[in-house]
Amino acid sequence: MSINKEQDFGTPASTEGQTVSLEIDGFAVTAPVGTSIMRAAASIGIDIPKLCATDSIEPFGSCRLCVVQIEGGRGMPASCTTPVAEGLKVCTQNPRLADVRRGIMELYISDHPLDCLTCAANGDCELQDMAGAVGLREVRYNPVETHLHAVKDESNPYFSFDPSKCIVCSRCVRACEETQGTFALTLDGRGFDSKVSPSQNQAFMDSECVSCGACVQACPTATLMEKSVIDHGQPEHAIVTTCAYCGVGCSFRAEMKGEQVIRMVPHKDGKANHGHSCVKGRFAFGYATHKDRITKPMIRASIKDAWQEVSWEEAINHAASEFKRIQAKYGKDSIGGVTSSRCTNEEAYLVQKLIRAGFGNNNVDTCARVCHSPTGYGLKQTFGESSGTQDFDSVMKSDVILVIGANPTDGHPVFGSMMKKRLRQGAKLIVVDPREIDLVSNSPHIKASYHLKLRPGTNVAIINALAHVVVTENLMDETFALERCDVASFEKWKTFITQDYHSPENSEAITGVPAADVRAAARLYATANNGAIYYGLGVTEHSQGSTMVIGIANLAMATGNLGRDGVGVNPLRGQNNVQGSCDMGSFPHEYPGYRHVSDANTRALFQQAWQAELSPEPGLRIPNMFDAALDKTFMGMYIEGEDIAQSDPDTQHVLAALRAMECVVVQDIFLNETAKFAHVFLPGASFLEKDGTFTNAERRISPVRKVMTPLAGYQDWEVTQLLSNAMGYPMNYSHPSEIMAEIASLTPSFSGVSYEKIDELGSVQWPCNEQTPVGTPIMHTETFMRDNGKGLFMLTEFVATAERTNQKFPLILTTGRILSQYNVGAQTRRTANNAWHSEDRLEIHPHDAEDRGLKNGDWAGIKSRAGETVLRALISERVQPGVVYTTFHFPESGANVITTDNSDWATNCPEYKVTAVQVSKVSQHSEWQQEYQKFSENQLELLEQGMANG
Amino acid sequence: MNKIDNLIKMANDISNFFNADPDKELAADGVAKHIMRGWEPRMRHDIINHYQQGGSGLSDLAKMAIAKLIAQTKV
Repeated sequence: MSINKEQDFGTPASTEGQTVSLEIDGFAVTAPVGTSIMRAAASIGIDIPKLCATDSIEPFGSCRLCVVQIEGGRGMPASCTTPVAEGLKVCTQNPRLADVRRGIMELYISDHPLDCLTCAANGDCELQDMAGAVGLREVRYNPVETHLHAVKDESNPYFSFDPSKCIVCSRCVRACEETQGTFALTLDGRGFDSKVSPSQNQAFMDSECVSCGACVQACPTATLMEKSVIDHGQPEHAIVTTCAYCGVGCSFRAEMKGEQVIRMVPHKDGKANHGHSCVKGRFAFGYATHKDRITKPMIRASIKDAWQEVSWEEAINHAASEFKRIQAKYGKDSIGGVTSSRCTNEEAYLVQKLIRAGFGNNNVDTCARVCHSPTGYGLKQTFGESSGTQDFDSVMKSDVILVIGANPTDGHPVFGSMMKKRLRQGAKLIVVDPREIDLVSNSPHIKASYHLKLRPGTNVAIINALAHVVVTENLMDETFALERCDVASFEKWKTFITQDYHSPENSEAITGVPAADVRAAARLYATANNGAIYYGLGVTEHSQGSTMVIGIANLAMATGNLGRDGVGVNPLRGQNNVQGSCDMGSFPHEYPGYRHVSDANTRALFQQAWQAELSPEPGLRIPNMFDAALDKTFMGMYIEGEDIAQSDPDTQHVLAALRAMECVVVQDIFLNETAKFAHVFLPGASFLEKDGTFTNAERRISPVRKVMTPLAGYQDWEVTQLLSNAMGYPMNYSHPSEIMAEIASLTPSFSGVSYEKIDELGSVQWPCNEQTPVGTPIMHTETFMRDNGKGLFMLTEFVATAERTNQKFPLILTTGRILSQYNVGAQTRRTANNAWHSEDRLEIHPHDAEDRGLKNGDWAGIKSRAGETVLRALISERVQPGVVYTTFHFPESGANVITTDNSDWATNCPEYKVTAVQVSKVSQHSEWQQEYQKFSENQLELLEQGMANG
Repeated sequence: MNKIDNLIKMANDISNFFNADPDKELAADGVAKHIMRGWEPRMRHDIINHYQQGGSGLSDLAKMAIAKLIAQTKV
C-alpha cells in the first residue's frame, strides 16, 4: 500500500463532446474543445509547473508559473487559461520559460519561511515541489518587509491557518466560492498587503466558514493544514472508503499511518461527491476511537444491575438462550429486531435473514420507519420502485428546482453545494418549507424565486394546489402522461384535482400561502425545460407523509418531469445507508428488493436459498413492537446500531416498552440511550473497522473498506453470524463479498452487483442486472418499474392532522437537523463538532417570544400532549409566528419526549414535524429531564462498576 | 393511547386516504388490501374482534374494509 496521490490535471475537465488535435512538446494530443493546454499536457504525462491551478476549480492565471510558448503566437500565455485549439504547437519547456519560472519561484520563496524540514507539509507541499521542478538554487532577494511573522489562526478545531506560509494563490478563496458556495474567504488588500481573510478579517470560527475543508484541500502549502497532520505527520497509505454520515455517501480516502486515521480526504473520483466534503465526513471521525467506545461484550439480568464483562462466547450464548427461552414461553412471534441504516448492506441483510429464518418470523424493521418509509411506499405505488429517480449530477441540468421540506445545505451539505452551484448558474428555485432555510435567501448569490412558507401539516394541500394550477391552466405534458402512465388513473386524477376546492385561492386558508405565489410557482415548475423535485423529512414525517410523496409523484408525471437528466423525484435520504437497509429487506412485509412476504414464488426462492420455513405474514413494525411489548406478547429484541430510545417519538412510551421486555440485546459502538435499557451489550464496529457496502440516496452502492482492526475483535456481520449460529440457524460466511453474492443471486435489481464490479467501477447504481450491467443513473427512462410499465396516478385528499393547536397548545413545534451534528448525535457529539452546536435550542419568533417574556438564552419550557421538556430559547425570524423549531441531537434535550405517537397512515412514520405545544419561560429543567439525568448517571455508574470488575 | 384505540385510529387513517376514491367498493378494497399486506396477524385479529363487537370508533369505510378482510381470510 502507498499514499497513491491522485493526479491533479490543473483545470477541470471539459464537458464538450467535440475534440481538437494539437501538438505539445512534439507529442500529438487530442482533447475535447474547452480543455486547457495544461490539462491536455497532463493527460499525456507532461506536468507543466503550476501553483494557482488545481483541477477542482476554474483556472485563474495568477501565478504565471504555467506559462508556455505557442508556435506563431505572441508572448507566454498561461497554460491553465489557454484552451486547446486545432493544430496548435505548444512548447512547455525551454530556457526562456525556465528563466521566467525560476524568477517567479524566487520571488515566492523570498517571502516564505524556509522551515521545510519541520513544516507539517513536508513531503506534501506543492511550493516545495515547484521549487524542485523549476530548479531553484538561490534566492537573491533580501526583502525589508515580509509576512513571515503573520499570526496563526488556530480557532478552527480541525485545521490551522498560518498566513506566513500563504502565497496568495487564491485557491482557498475560489474553492470556498466554487466548490462549497459559502464565499466565506476573500483576498483582502492590494499588492504586498494582499492576504486571505475569512469574512472581514475575522477568525475562521467567527466567520461564515462551515469547515467543509475545501480550502484545506485546495491549499498548495502548509497555510491551511489539518491539525491531525501537524500533530502526527504525513500519512503513508490511503484506502478508499465511504462516509458513514448522511445519505450523500461521499467517497473518501482514509489516509493512514499504520492503523491510525490521520485524515479523511474527499476522493476526487467519488461519483457522489466529486472530491468535496462537509465538516462531518471530512473531520468528525474521531468518535471511532473515542474513550467511550465499549470493546468488551457485557450482560446483566436486569437494568438495575451492574454490567458484567464477559467473553464473546458467553455473551452470544446468553443472548441466544434468552431469545429461545422467551420464544418457548411467549411463542415464536415474541421476539424480533431492528436493522441499522448506519450499518452496511451486508449487515442489514444478515440481521433480517436471522430474524426471518432464524427467529422464524418477520418482526424486523429499520429506522427508515421513522424517516423515509413513506418514500418507499409512495414511490413504489406510483413509479413501481422505492427509490429516487436520478443521480446527483442530474441537478446540474435542472432549470427549475423545487425543494420541499428539505434543507440540503445542512442535511446533505455536499449535494447542497452542487445544487447551489447550479442555482448560481441561473437555475430557478422554489422552496416549500415552514421555515426560512439557508437556500431561500441566506446563501450568497442565491435567492429563491418563491418561498411557499406554509403552515406545518399542510403539505398535501399545497401539492394539490400546485397540481390544480398545472391541470386547470393546461400546463401538463399530456403526451407524457398518456403515453407513459396508466391512462384511467390519469383521467380520474384530473377529475379529482380539477375540483375547485383544490385551487390556491381555496387552499390559502389552510396553508397560509398567498394564492398568487402558488400559481406563479406552479407555472414556473411546469413550464421549465427541466423541473426537478428534491424533498426530505419535511415531506415524509407527517400523518400524510405517504400522501405527499404520492402527490409529488403525480405532479412530476403530469408535467413530464421524469425519465431524463435534470428532472425527477429525489428523496434526500437521511442516513448513510437508509436506502440500502430498505433495499436489503429490513421492512417486516418485504424481502430484499421490496418483494412482499406473501408472494409465494418469492418466498419459495428464499426458502430454498436459506433452507428455512418462512412466514407468509407481515411482521411487527417498530411502534407495533412497542405496543406488543406493553401487551406482553413481544418480549425480546435484537437492535443493531440504532438508538430507538432517543430517536423514536413519544419517548415515555418507548422507554416503557423497553422496560417491559425481558431481553433487549443492543449491538453498538457506544452505550447509547437504548443500551441503558439493555440486558446484553455486543460491542459493534465503526465504519472504519469493517468491509461492506453502503447505498446512498441516488441508489449508488459504494465500498466500505476496513482501514483498522475492529476494536472489539469482530465486524458487525460476524457478530450477527455468531448469534445466528448460537440460535441454531447456521451461517458460514467468511467475507461480506459472499453475502453480496447471495443478495445478487436472490434480488433481480442487484443481480449484476459484485465486489469485483464495485472495485472496477468505483461504485454502481442499482438496478444493476443483465439489462443494465453498469448500473442505472436515471430510472424510468423508457417505462416505469410497475408490472405494466405505466406510472400510476393516485388521489391525494388533504386530511388535516389530528395533532391540532388549541388554547392549551397554541404553537406548532417542528424539528430538523443542523450541519455540524448528525441525528442522535452519538457520533458527532463525541467530536469537536460541538464547537458549532453544543446544545439543542428552541427557535421562536420574536412575537411569540415577547408574548411569553422570553429573551435569547432563557430557559423555555415546551409542553405537548405527550410530555414536557426545557430548552434554551433562540429568538429567530426564520420561523413564522405560531411555529417553533428545534434540533434533536442531544439526549438530554428530550425532543422526543414532546413528540406524539401520531403517524403516517400508510407506514406509521411518526409525525415529528407537527406537534402542538405551549411554550413558557421556566427556571429549571423539566421533571422528565431531571429523572433522565438521574437514570443516565446511574446507568453510567453501573457501566463503570462492570468495567472495574471486568 | 391504548392498543385497540391505536388500531382504530390506524384503520381510520388508512380509510381517510382511500376515501378519496368516489367508488367506495374500490376504496374499501384498497383499505382491506393495505391492512392485509401491512398489519401483523395479531393486529388484524384485534381489529376484527373489535369490529365483530360493534366496531365502535371505526369509520364507515373502515368497517366496510374489515368486513371484506374477514371475507378474504381467516385470522
